[in-house]
Amino acid sequence: MPKLTIDGTEIEVEAGVTILQAAETIGIEIPRFCYHERLAVAGNCRMCLVEVEKMPKPVASCAMPVGEGMVVHTNNANVRKARQGVMEFLLINHPLDCPICDQGGECDLQDQAVAYGGDRSRYQEEKRAVEDKSYGPLIQTWMTRCIQCTRCIRFISEIAGTPVLGGLGRSEHLEVGRYVGAAVSSELSGNLIDLCPVGALTNKPASYTYRAWELKKTESVDAMDALGSAIRLDTRGNEVIRILPRVNDDINEEWLSDRSRFACDGLKRQRLDRCYVRKDGTLAATSWSDAFAAITAKVNGLAGSKIAAIAGDQTDVETMQAFKDLLAALGSGNMDCRQDGAKLAAGNRAAYLFNSTIAGIEQADALLIIGSNPRIEAPVLNARIRKRWLKGGFKAAIIGPKTDLTFQHDWLGDSAQVLAAIAAGNHPFADVLKNAAKPAIIIGQGALTGEDGAAILALAAKLAQDTGVIADGWNGFNVLHTAAARVGGLDVGFVPQAGGKDTAGIIAGAQSGEISVVFLAGADEIDMKSLGNAFVVYLGSHGDAGAHRADVVLPTAAYTEKSATFVNTEGRVQRTRLAIFPPGEAKEDWKVVRALSDALGKPLAFDTVKQLRQRMVASNAVFATEGVVAAATWAGAGAEGALSDKPLASAIDNFYMVDPISRASKTMAECTAEFGGGCGCNSKKKTGTHG
Amino acid sequence: MSTEQDMTSFAFTAENLEQAKKIIAKYPAGRQQSAVMPLLDLAQRQVGWTGIPVIEYIAEMLEMAPIRVQEVVTFYTMYNQKPVGQFHVQVCTNICCLLRGSDGVGETAREVLGVNWGDTTEDGKFTLVEVECLGACVNAPMMQINDDYYEDLTPESTKAVLEALKRGETPNPGPQGGRQFSAPEGGPTTLGDLTFGSEKA
Repeated sequence: MPKLTIDGTEIEVEAGVTILQAAETIGIEIPRFCYHERLAVAGNCRMCLVEVEKMPKPVASCAMPVGEGMVVHTNNANVRKARQGVMEFLLINHPLDCPICDQGGECDLQDQAVAYGGDRSRYQEEKRAVEDKSYGPLIQTWMTRCIQCTRCIRFISEIAGTPVLGGLGRSEHLEVGRYVGAAVSSELSGNLIDLCPVGALTNKPASYTYRAWELKKTESVDAMDALGSAIRLDTRGNEVIRILPRVNDDINEEWLSDRSRFACDGLKRQRLDRCYVRKDGTLAATSWSDAFAAITAKVNGLAGSKIAAIAGDQTDVETMQAFKDLLAALGSGNMDCRQDGAKLAAGNRAAYLFNSTIAGIEQADALLIIGSNPRIEAPVLNARIRKRWLKGGFKAAIIGPKTDLTFQHDWLGDSAQVLAAIAAGNHPFADVLKNAAKPAIIIGQGALTGEDGAAILALAAKLAQDTGVIADGWNGFNVLHTAAARVGGLDVGFVPQAGGKDTAGIIAGAQSGEISVVFLAGADEIDMKSLGNAFVVYLGSHGDAGAHRADVVLPTAAYTEKSATFVNTEGRVQRTRLAIFPPGEAKEDWKVVRALSDALGKPLAFDTVKQLRQRMVASNAVFATEGVVAAATWAGAGAEGALSDKPLASAIDNFYMVDPISRASKTMAECTAEFGGGCGCNSKKKTGTHG
Repeated sequence: MSTEQDMTSFAFTAENLEQAKKIIAKYPAGRQQSAVMPLLDLAQRQVGWTGIPVIEYIAEMLEMAPIRVQEVVTFYTMYNQKPVGQFHVQVCTNICCLLRGSDGVGETAREVLGVNWGDTTEDGKFTLVEVECLGACVNAPMMQINDDYYEDLTPESTKAVLEALKRGETPNPGPQGGRQFSAPEGGPTTLGDLTFGSEKA
């Protein structure tokens, strides 16, 4: 371990560390533009120049590994002069239009120009201007502001795996641009905006609507997919202006998928802001008391078996717990949180979790994906798998959709029979898994929702047991969920109770008249036409499929408007925070259920969210600890059965429109029009990685 | 020679494909991307310029993203991003050539060919461009036509070279003023007497 002196402080750091990183460990910040800790080192902005004794010229500290006995000065007169010079060059062609720039106030160039630049310009000549590029509906380009740090080029090539950006031309004429005909359609493209140290790439849907300093920042958790990425909600008044990722190395590092980031305009559209009751075939606005009266009139005196509830994909655990208790009080066991009909059993936690953890997938050396397209189901996870693949020594294969996953993999077909062959050991990939030190399996919802879901799950479990996917200290059996609510629902046991019906049973019952009242807790993905003549009560935030079918609509809060518990696909219990208030008369979901229980004369045994959470902990101890993953004990999974011929596909066919929020989003609609269902996966458009 | 419109697809001829394989084989396995520059050159020799179909063909051959190939193409001025005529006339107007009269050379070329800088003659035979230093300053002023350098030019010799090409002849490349390579004008100024030591009387 080399010892060196930085600004008079002697430190010892690992060999191979750069001067910039070494300085950071002792709290010395060196200014930089092109350097980013998660991207390859480029060393082209020259802002990080430091002086190293006995070296003839200032050196770029981001690209210079430490050496034994180095004496580094990061802030002497020479360094300051060098930085000032670099800054002067960077600003030569920069338009200095900070007053009208969306990046103003949170701009690296602005901050560092103040901190390290000169106090006046000596430049009298013409500035160059660069034509703006079209990067699609998410990213606004202002290419004249670009300082050519190449972070965007490196991100889209390395992390996103869709190399469509490059530096075209040379010298004065160098411009960052995209490959002709290729769209900047990575599902992670929004991260380019965060990475850009200047205002060259800015948030297009939110452009000109905010100044960075007037936004209220609330740290929360994403509920647009099952990863539960750490996010920051930037709000002004009662409006979410933008959503940014927070660093969470266990889940999303510092990336965020485009749907999670840009669907926030859907929080303003199609909102349910008051109660509705269906009168003469149309929904008429009404008050909470009248809505409750309509429900009470229908439910009171009804046998419990004629009542049912289905929870949606973004329903929080509190609501499901409250609903479960309410249905129990009403004498009904008909409830399900698996509106897609996934054959996952509550109780057997290891059989429905992403056991290796998201960060743990980086340890895997072989991976079999079954019935999933992680690139559109969980883009941030897909970037992790790509990161693992880039390190080398990683073999991946997929049984399911034939797509560009941005990492090299073998497509083994889309038939469940292939899985049977691998499980039986009659397929070469069985040996790959067997010979791997830490093999992993990812099984998607696309494989679990069919008739043979349980059989496929059982086959995958058998394969996992036979090939060392489940071993001492390693469990690579991973179920990848697409819904933020699902694991929480299974954990809290929002599944048919003794004698109760599941989603399919409830729908069939509603059609036959066996079930006459159906509560939909944000459930929009079931076929509403098949609910027959049942009296439907919809609790939700958006006027989506469920609200259109409903006889009573009760407006509730979206995930940004409440403090609610979600459990991510790994089994990590996390809480969102209230950033804005629900619109109009909408209320937090669990409070609606609690109030409804009063109206129905079956008051629930909790009055505060604290008591409700204690109730959750009582029903499942996992809710006691937030933010950690407790390893689940393996106890097999699925049930053996016959396989169908239906090809395995992803559970999602349009990355941009998955839930009521993203369906209500104008930005997501624009993306769908521009990119198709998602990023070269389902569309025929060239992505730049074709061929 | 193809034009911008008619380059819709590109593939190496059998002979060039053979050559391309040889070029790729020069680099270690897995480092085939290093062959991008010679392959682009080969392609340019085949069709005259490196259009998008060329970029995509080579990207596929070398298993790299097309944008990476395009970066190379746009970086080096010697890759033609637009179609050029049969004779690509590149007149140097950098400092040494300028001091030695490249203005007259350029003027004459434009007059003889009847086109402006950057344009191609109507018959598609000549493309005239102004370029920066081509490294033949000792023989300034000069112009490069395809792979050959024509040096020590005067307006007259420029006209003679271009007229000869028009007639289908191949003028001798090199200095047009009669001197050998970059030897002094009017013959050697040193070592005129080639007798040494004791040979000297």
